[in-house]
Amino acid sequence: MSESHDSTGGPNASGEGSGRRGFLAAVGAVVTGGLAGLIPAVSGLASVFDPLIKRGGEAGMVRVTTLSILPSNGAPQKFTVTKDQTDAWTTYRDTPVGAVYLRRTEEGVEALNVVCPHAGCFVNVAEGGESFACPCHDSAFSLDGEVSDPDSPSPRAMDTLEVEIRNEEEIWVRFQNFLPGREEKVPVA
Amino acid sequence: MKDRIRQAWGWIDDRTGIQGVLHEALYERIPGGARWRYVWGSALTLAIATQFITGIVLWAYYSANAAGAWESVYYIQNQMLGGWFLRGIHHYMAQATIVLLALHLLQVVVDGAYRAPREVNFWFGLALLHVVLGLSLTGYLLPWDQKGFWATKVATSIASITPVVGPELQRLLVGGAEYGHFTLTRFLALHAGVLPGVLIALIVGHIALFRRHGVTAPDPDHAPDETFWPGQVFKDGVVGLAVMLVVVFIVLYTGGAGLGAPADPTEPYSAARPEWYFLFLFQWLKYFPAGTEVLGAMVIPGIIVTGVALMPILGKWEKGHRFNLVFLGGLGLGIVFLTGIAWVEDRSNEEFLQAKEMAELEAERVKELAGAPDGIPATGALTLLRNDPKTQGPKLFAANCASCHAFAGHDGLGGERTEEQSASDLEGFGSRTWISGLLNPDSVDMPHYFGGSDHDNGQMVRYVTRRVPRFTPEQLDQLQLVLKAVSAEAALPYQMELDSAEMADIEAGRAAITEAPIECTECHTFREFVNEDPDGPILTGWASREWMMGIVANPEHPSYYGEDNDRMPAFLDDGVLTERQIGLVVDWLRQDWYRPAAEDGEAEQ
Repeated sequence: MSESHDSTGGPNASGEGSGRRGFLAAVGAVVTGGLAGLIPAVSGLASVFDPLIKRGGEAGMVRVTTLSILPSNGAPQKFTVTKDQTDAWTTYRDTPVGAVYLRRTEEGVEALNVVCPHAGCFVNVAEGGESFACPCHDSAFSLDGEVSDPDSPSPRAMDTLEVEIRNEEEIWVRFQNFLPGREEKVPVA
Repeated sequence: MKDRIRQAWGWIDDRTGIQGVLHEALYERIPGGARWRYVWGSALTLAIATQFITGIVLWAYYSANAAGAWESVYYIQNQMLGGWFLRGIHHYMAQATIVLLALHLLQVVVDGAYRAPREVNFWFGLALLHVVLGLSLTGYLLPWDQKGFWATKVATSIASITPVVGPELQRLLVGGAEYGHFTLTRFLALHAGVLPGVLIALIVGHIALFRRHGVTAPDPDHAPDETFWPGQVFKDGVVGLAVMLVVVFIVLYTGGAGLGAPADPTEPYSAARPEWYFLFLFQWLKYFPAGTEVLGAMVIPGIIVTGVALMPILGKWEKGHRFNLVFLGGLGLGIVFLTGIAWVEDRSNEEFLQAKEMAELEAERVKELAGAPDGIPATGALTLLRNDPKTQGPKLFAANCASCHAFAGHDGLGGERTEEQSASDLEGFGSRTWISGLLNPDSVDMPHYFGGSDHDNGQMVRYVTRRVPRFTPEQLDQLQLVLKAVSAEAALPYQMELDSAEMADIEAGRAAITEAPIECTECHTFREFVNEDPDGPILTGWASREWMMGIVANPEHPSYYGEDNDRMPAFLDDGVLTERQIGLVVDWLRQDWYRPAAEDGEAEQ
């Protein structure tokens, strides 16, 4: 890269970058410059996509509460779900990760994720406790989670979660979130 | 189709004038043709563009807070897709940028390219140099590891000696009295916002002025004139690619940028050094005794930078130009010389080398801990390190125990002990090896065991030196069983397998311990054989975690040495150490620390 190397131009070489030498230089410029730029661009892009390859494992069962706490009249009650969770580099022990509505039914206990399947807002129990209402876009759900008002923007019923009663008393829920805005339930992993 | 494209191009060009801009950019006339000596500006542009691309992606993963900065960089480095490579490019391209800047400056001065009418552009370049140095300085802190933390602390401390406004300036830089969240938030704002913004503005000005005045050709008749495209672009591309490949090679060779242990203001760090291109300043400051730091850190560097800034004025005259060359050459030599001295001094500086080695060990260790199933707690990775017996134990031992005890002959950290050994060597304390030395008449009264203490002619020493030599071979076999039984009390993690494999021997030993002539229970309590008036420490759970915690807490407790305690302080009861600290020393001596699963089989010493 010192002066002694700059004989490539040659005294009689084309000065305007035309002709064969000019063409070769142009190709060389595109190739070398392109490669030099490609390396940081590709290494940067690869890392941008890191969240796409980082997936959580299977959702496990989490102990939420005990049966005796649930109202016997079948009214829904909200519970916070806590478990160990890793957020990027931090591992939290027993930290709140979401919430569920639990309700006694004839078969046992039903669990609904509080997140609205329409756009992800937190669904409230409507006044009177007889239904659910989303405060964002007015989706309305009956107590079993089904869409109760045909004008609701929600594409599906509230997301039910698998419930297990252990030791006759403990309520365990497979806590999961699902992609909003679509008719079928697709778990977010 | 071709017409369509031409039409579209025409539409765009009508509205933007892009064709003119491109033409101006690419068909700049170069008197004397394309040359290798003109490549540095373009190579720098590529280097800086690389820093922008990689820097923005790193920014998207970085967390500027004292309990998250190191942790996020750890994530980038060890868990993010290609993160180590990305960060490596950013790290080493920053250094390449400094080198390219030096070459660019050298080429400009040698060619006299700073002469009228290009003075202002030279000053732009000089300003750019300082912005890049500022980026290096601020970037060095962001990983929040020991190295960056302590090196940057030096830099901000120097800022505090600025006349008149020093303390305020430092406070503004640091974001308060102490290093913390605000130091990181503002260093990130400087590193990723302010300085890059200034950099872009200066580069735009620099390139615009360069275009206005054109290339300075040292000999325009060298060859026929050419345009920038394609000949010069090709040469620029070749050098740019070469720089990139060198950086990629270094990244692959080194495995990327290093990440030390998390910053800890309470932990000394004798290996604090700035990045290599600031090493000359580091060395330079050693020559300024107290009271003259301002001279060394500001006045003289200020004069030198002013001298460089005045080069274009002086360079109008041939003699002035020659002076500039000598001045720059001298400056370069001085920098190389100072850097060399700093390097050579460090190579023979035991304290530095030891600190560096220790820093590397801690860095490795904390990565191991962060990768453990428990992960990094919300309080940050420093908590992991502070609670790690493997690294903290030896430090506490050296500071609190090594004035009397030894560990493998040294102070726990591998350093020489300064005082005469007056208590046992605790390496492998509780293990079968340790006890067999204790029960050996040749070694029991050596400093390794009781030799240096008040017990050097105590009952234990007398027992071993007088009674044991008279044991019959069968009794010696019995003693071996007792030894195993006592050692099993320690429940040492590294002896666990051996202990459970030889349970029968241990059971036999437990029975033999009361039998004459071995009869340990004559002085000691062991399990159900309670000695009402013991003359030695309790052997139940001897050398176990609980036992060791107890004796360190208070050796004069009746279970241990009682009134026969030699000189050992009651570390807990006298408030010398906390329970946590004692636990760290004890766990370290028992080698009870986290090991990554893959290394389970390996013997770690």
